[in-house]
Amino acid sequence: MDFNSNKSIYIQICDDICEKILSGRFAEGERIASVREYGAEIGVNPNTVMRSYEKLTGEGIIFNKRGIGYFISEGAREAVLKKERKEFMDNELPVIIKRMKLLGIDPSEAFGVK
Amino acid sequence: MSLPLRCTIRLIHANDMIQIQNLGFSYGNFPVLNNINLQLEEGRIYGLLGENGVGKTTLLTLLCGLKKPQTGSIIIDSHNPYKREPSFLTESYYLSDEVAQMNMSAQEYAKSYGKFWEKFQIEKFLEIMGIFENDPAQKMNKMSCGQLKKTWISFALACNTRYLFMDEPTNGLDIPSKAQFRKAVTKYTSEDSTLLISTHQVRDLENIIDPIIILDRQDVLLNATLEEIASKLYFDYGTEKIEGALYSELVPGGNVQVLLNSTGEESKVNIEALFNTVHLHKDLIKSVFNK
Repeated sequence: MDFNSNKSIYIQICDDICEKILSGRFAEGERIASVREYGAEIGVNPNTVMRSYEKLTGEGIIFNKRGIGYFISEGAREAVLKKERKEFMDNELPVIIKRMKLLGIDPSEAFGVK
Repeated sequence: MSLPLRCTIRLIHANDMIQIQNLGFSYGNFPVLNNINLQLEEGRIYGLLGENGVGKTTLLTLLCGLKKPQTGSIIIDSHNPYKREPSFLTESYYLSDEVAQMNMSAQEYAKSYGKFWEKFQIEKFLEIMGIFENDPAQKMNKMSCGQLKKTWISFALACNTRYLFMDEPTNGLDIPSKAQFRKAVTKYTSEDSTLLISTHQVRDLENIIDPIIILDRQDVLLNATLEEIASKLYFDYGTEKIEGALYSELVPGGNVQVLLNSTGEESKVNIEALFNTVHLHKDLIKSVFNK
């Protein structure tokens, strides 16, 4: 994992997990690495991973089976899609639109549609 | 009304496994630590930062019982380290910056000396040596500086102690070993062990150390988790100069600017910028962090 972005590390870990859910690398119902395993894999403090897992649990994307571990929730993909679409519309698209205006690029030119 | 109660809880918090109170230590007439108060919680990997000569090594050697506090006290899970009780020694390990070049192979050393730590595991030692691509059959006095350091790190982790104190562990490690060190520290320590790692190479330990302790001449400037730090300070990585930033530093691709967090938005903590900010605004930082 590359931590070049300026977002807080625990958010970047959430983003990474969500991306793996969207791409299908993590299937619904699948068990994911423990806080410690995941921390060791990417060289990050387990407390940081714990925060990420808590955030995703709060959003219903993963869930904790006490004593067994964390699993991808049923319907996680749909939840991530909804969340990421909103994020795109609210935050990413306005930046693109602003940039397109600045550079004088017409939507038809950028997306090849009329 | 709730405030005095919270203070009491803070003082006798059950998770505070290491309690340092009014600690003082001088070398002759030269005071190094003066009236130091610190509480360390169980199961965390603390980063101990500070300029040269502020007493990081002195603090670590006091914690592991090599030195005796001249004033104040250290209590680690009801032990006084300087009493050097076997029940404490078997649960603690101090890895110094300078390590000994023993006239025997790493494996022989681990087999003979591992016995002093009840939970030492030779298999774990060999496994970590393997991760570092270090040959356990090699004589320790024939090893390069980096190989020797990695041998000692492997030994320290294989002792499975509850308290692990490491002084500049990444000194002398090559680039891949630094990444291996970060992984090993996460993978091979247990959930209830407490680590305190001093370092100048904050980039080597970025993402691993949390909470951060910043020690100053005879003072503790900061002892806070990354979460607390990010809630109180905002790290901006944009290109626009911000009025009223506490600290700003040019980095490739823009600035790191540190300001008080007024929006509650959480940013990535840059530890070097944090260190410099804390040093520029000692009183402000203390008042912001001391609730």
